Amino acid sequence: MSHITSDDVRKVAKLARLKLDQEEVEKYTNQLEQILGYFEHLEDVDTSNVDPTTRAVEVVNRVRTDTVKTSQFREDLLDQAPHREGDFYRVPKILSD
Amino acid sequence: MTPSKVAWEPVIGLETHVQLGTNSKIFTSASTAFGDDPNTHIDPVVCGLPGTLPVLNEKVLEYAVKAAMALNLQIAEHSKFDRKQYFYPDLPKNYQISQFDEPIAEDGWIEVEVAEKGKDTYIKKIGIERLHMEEDAGKLVHAGSDRLAGSTHSLVDYNRAGVALAEIVSMPDLRTGREAAEYASEIRRIMRYLGVSDGNMQEGSLRCDVNISVRPGPNEPFGTKVEIKNMNSFSAIQKACEYEIQRQIKAYEAGEAVIQETRLWDEAKQLTKSMRSKEGSSDYRYFPDPDLGPIEVSKELRDIWHTELPELPAEKRHRYADQFGLSQYDARVLTDEFSMAHYFERVVGAGVDPKSASNWITGDVAAFVNLQKLTYSQLPLKAEQLAEMIQMIENGVISGKIAKEILPELLTKGGSPKLIVEKRGLGMISDPEILSSIVDELLATFPTEVEAFRGGKTKLQGFFVGQLMKKTSGKADPRLANQILSKKLKA
Repeated sequence: MSHITSDDVRKVAKLARLKLDQEEVEKYTNQLEQILGYFEHLEDVDTSNVDPTTRAVEVVNRVRTDTVKTSQFREDLLDQAPHREGDFYRVPKILSD
Repeated sequence: MTPSKVAWEPVIGLETHVQLGTNSKIFTSASTAFGDDPNTHIDPVVCGLPGTLPVLNEKVLEYAVKAAMALNLQIAEHSKFDRKQYFYPDLPKNYQISQFDEPIAEDGWIEVEVAEKGKDTYIKKIGIERLHMEEDAGKLVHAGSDRLAGSTHSLVDYNRAGVALAEIVSMPDLRTGREAAEYASEIRRIMRYLGVSDGNMQEGSLRCDVNISVRPGPNEPFGTKVEIKNMNSFSAIQKACEYEIQRQIKAYEAGEAVIQETRLWDEAKQLTKSMRSKEGSSDYRYFPDPDLGPIEVSKELRDIWHTELPELPAEKRHRYADQFGLSQYDARVLTDEFSMAHYFERVVGAGVDPKSASNWITGDVAAFVNLQKLTYSQLPLKAEQLAEMIQMIENGVISGKIAKEILPELLTKGGSPKLIVEKRGLGMISDPEILSSIVDELLATFPTEVEAFRGGKTKLQGFFVGQLMKKTSGKADPRLANQILSKKLKA
């Protein structure tokens, strides 16, 4: 049974801004198909009496106080970008013509 | 039926983003200060570096829940954060932490008073679908052009990225541009009353997106929805809606289709124009953010926060009309700003007749406050001092004219009206004996006029009153002076 098609892979790649050639699309379709196959084993477990959860640890309301701290990493964070222009990050043209 | 006879009905809903006025960002301790150098308030969490952990700011939760309560929303027993994925340079992590299917609050309403020049004011209940918490994005500066299209590259400032927002989504209950503007302005008023946001539209702390369509009648299915952005005032919201309603009606009547799209309001040209769309942006693939635990606001906490809510604008408007007998208009003006309402209530609390208090405050006091761009707490004339002045008029110590005379000094410097009146010798002359002798002198000065009056020219009474006021520099008790004058003239 097929979980994922090459069209799905192309769509996900496009949304993730990844450029894949045809060979890669086939390769990842196969690999993802296998991975999803492993997950299928989970369906063997009877979860009819288990509430759905989105996390493993049951912790609620983890909050912090509203205090300001200035980061010492500003320069590093700016320098790390592929392109910096003064105090700004510089990014390529957003819309194609 | 010709197409022009169709009674088109606009259907409008608003998505309002309110910046919550916390000191630090929603998930990290970077500052939320506005107007600093670009990228001053960034840190590894803002930039979404691997290994960083966002933690919710407790004040954000408190403000969001209080805002939700003020909008009559139901607070969720269980709520969580989700990741909304899209690629755009204003988003450092390529996802925005938001709330998708379990928002902090749902299903509420507010009451909006719709007032428009030349039309009857009416009250309308507007449904609110939900309120959720999310982080703001950064700001882009497009280089090489004043617009996105045509720019050669863009510069990114992440100071705003990660600032806490409450997004408030209305039901499609609004029918006119005016209603949309009044709704937005009531949301802002409520947020300012609560103290959870300054609601400054120029600085972007309150932003409204409008969803708008028209349909051929009230029971017809909704037409194609268009989103409008980029309005930075309430009047811009109204005008953008009005323009867009006409644009859509014209399109339908010309047999054209309305396309589902996002349009931008152009303030200079007073029209909406199509925005070039971000390609492939519609698939957000929301999923629960694994870095953030769920939220459960206990009943105890809800009760505490509920007791901390102030009296809200709509409640005040009703109370001012019912309890104080003020007009709908005066109640609306006085309650527009919390600080003005507070000032008014202190004046009334000092024992002043509410209508007199309202007249002075909405008149001379408001004019001064607006001109000087002050808040009521900065106003040198304290509420108690204004109360004292109004009571001096009520008790016949000074006339309204004298009050107007000392008001400029009071407004700019404050101080005791009693002392000022004493110091400047402005107290009203209300001693009948003194007034009598002044009237005698006056009649002796104008024998011709007295004779004319007695000969039937009773209109001259006004002349004598004027002369009397001139002689006493406006300090004669007007009622008493008139009585004495009449008696002596007729004698």
